[in-house]
Amino acid sequence: MQARKKALWLSILPGFGQFYNKQWIKGLLFLGLGISFFLVFGDLLNMGFWGLATLGTEVPRDNSIFLLAEGLIAVIVTIFGLAFYYVNLRDAYKNGKLRDENKPLSSLKSDYQNLIAQGYPYLISGPSLFILIFAVIFPILFSFALAFTNYDLYHSPPANLADWVGFDTFAKIFTVDIWRSTFFSVLGWTIIWTLVASTLQVALGIFMAVLVNQKDLRFKKFYRTILVLPWAVPGFVTILIFAGLFNDSFGAINNDILAMLGIDAIPWLTDENWTKVALILMQGWLGFPFIFLVTTGVLQSIPDDLYEAARIDGASIFAQFRNITMPMILIATAPVIITQYTFNFNNFNIIYLFNGGGPSVPGSTAGGTDILVSWIYKLTLQSSQYSLAAALTILLSVFVIAIALWQFRRTDAFKEGA
Amino acid sequence: MNKAKFFRLLISHAILIFMVVIIIYPLLWTVGASFNPGNSLISTTMIPQNPTLDHYRELFAGSESLQYVQWYLNSLKISIFTMIGAVICVSFTAYAFSRFRFKGRQNALTLFLLLQMIPQFSALIALFVLAQILGMMNSHWLLILLYIGGLIPLNTYLMKGYMDSIPMDLDESAKIDGASNTRIFLQIIMPLSKPMIAVVAMTGFTGPLGDFILASTILRSPEYYTLPIGLYNLVNDVMGASFTTFAAGAILISIPIAIIFLLLQKNFVSGLTAGGTKG
Repeated sequence: MQARKKALWLSILPGFGQFYNKQWIKGLLFLGLGISFFLVFGDLLNMGFWGLATLGTEVPRDNSIFLLAEGLIAVIVTIFGLAFYYVNLRDAYKNGKLRDENKPLSSLKSDYQNLIAQGYPYLISGPSLFILIFAVIFPILFSFALAFTNYDLYHSPPANLADWVGFDTFAKIFTVDIWRSTFFSVLGWTIIWTLVASTLQVALGIFMAVLVNQKDLRFKKFYRTILVLPWAVPGFVTILIFAGLFNDSFGAINNDILAMLGIDAIPWLTDENWTKVALILMQGWLGFPFIFLVTTGVLQSIPDDLYEAARIDGASIFAQFRNITMPMILIATAPVIITQYTFNFNNFNIIYLFNGGGPSVPGSTAGGTDILVSWIYKLTLQSSQYSLAAALTILLSVFVIAIALWQFRRTDAFKEGA
Repeated sequence: MNKAKFFRLLISHAILIFMVVIIIYPLLWTVGASFNPGNSLISTTMIPQNPTLDHYRELFAGSESLQYVQWYLNSLKISIFTMIGAVICVSFTAYAFSRFRFKGRQNALTLFLLLQMIPQFSALIALFVLAQILGMMNSHWLLILLYIGGLIPLNTYLMKGYMDSIPMDLDESAKIDGASNTRIFLQIIMPLSKPMIAVVAMTGFTGPLGDFILASTILRSPEYYTLPIGLYNLVNDVMGASFTTFAAGAILISIPIAIIFLLLQKNFVSGLTAGGTKG
């Protein structure tokens, strides 16, 4: 048998392949690391995988949620263990191969130097990866796992156990009448909201930028400064201010502006449709300055020669706008524009801070203007329907990822960045 | 001046002045409200008859439910540490991705791309459940860690794109002169990436100030609140009852932020488009 195969087989026990290759110190290192891995994590792995499979069998000894968390940590630790194991196998195989070819084996010293040189990128990106795993990846996995359990108010520790239920929760979203009707009405409004509000702010932003950028317009600086103000003031502050302005009984819009124009008070916060109108107008106010800023940057970089040439050819102002200005803007700002749509799709702040997703709808857990995100928030924090909220989170993430992937395909950033 | 041009400019100014009014009105109204005597909005006028500084005094009086100074300090602490943490993590990681070819680089980049798409509130349920069980409620450090984690994927991508546009020749000649990787990073790459670092620092600082969803999930006692939660509760506990005080608090937080934004806006736009288009 070739040395590389023997070394590989012996490495099933970490270190033994290295012993076979007569690399004693390295072998000891691998063996030691392997043993200490099981000593340190043995209990966690044992308990974790048992807990992950059963979610507990006995109350009050077992806490399903703890067991689930422990199980997921066990999975993460296992992945790291497997990576280490792979390094061990590869090292034994590589040195076995060198023996087959009668070449000198790599010394510990050169391995070490190699590790330092090649390890540098790992060293400096390690902390980020660590934070990502525990602050982002682990919670997301945990949320996703909850979607496949029946964890809610009635199946929560310490009095009760939760259990795996597979795709039941997903099926219920589409089969239980009240859930289905709520889901589709929330989804419908989420989509309308995303399309209308984003389009309004983008169109307004581009229009204002073109308007201010006219060569012979005066007071440019003044207009620009005022127009970016809504972007500079923190969003939550403006939303809360608008909540006061739109207030049905004492808001300034009803009492001052509409009264001055002789229009009756409008139930902005108690009528679903008027709340929707107010939300869309507000998002236009809040969102257009950013597009305005970006578009202004693009406009200033369009060379004058283009317009000069067009003028000589006798193109009208509108023809110049349609054939030069607009294409230039759209090409340069396309990625920014698309992010406006994904942003609004998840724009929790404006919906929740303005009117709490209300006015409330009788018999439904979602208010009349709740979008998916704010509905999930309410399900989690107010009615403790964790598994339903988790299942909705998954549906929503799939939706967002699909759109984002489509966008990256189009802009080709995926290929370039990789 | 011909007629067509005159009308075009006239209409342009008319539209712009209309927009200026729409933008200025809510802001001035808030300023007015903050100087109005009394708590209610009903009597609020834009130019108060008897202007008063009472609401500003109330903010600093420090009652049980209105700990404005404490919230301000909490927000400042969370924002500053998030900013520092994000800048360090993002720039080091971006440097690794931009200048080194190492095993797992591709996979890590794809992972970042994917994570950047999954909205961070996906973790909301987990955070709520775990923080409750583990007694991590009200922990600012947990929140800071979550914010940094949320900022890493997208900003690393942008920063890497920016660093890619810095010529490699600079690194190589420094390497020939015997500079270490860390030194090249600190003395060549970092100074040249300043506009992008400003963007990351800015998002790191203002991100927590605009966040309501994560902070409200974790912070539950008034003395740990950040400004968004504190001010939201102030308005919503008894709607309208303390709106004037809220207005005063809102102004004190908006002015410094607005000034920073207006000063940095050039960096913001150029950094974003430069990093974004180069992938």
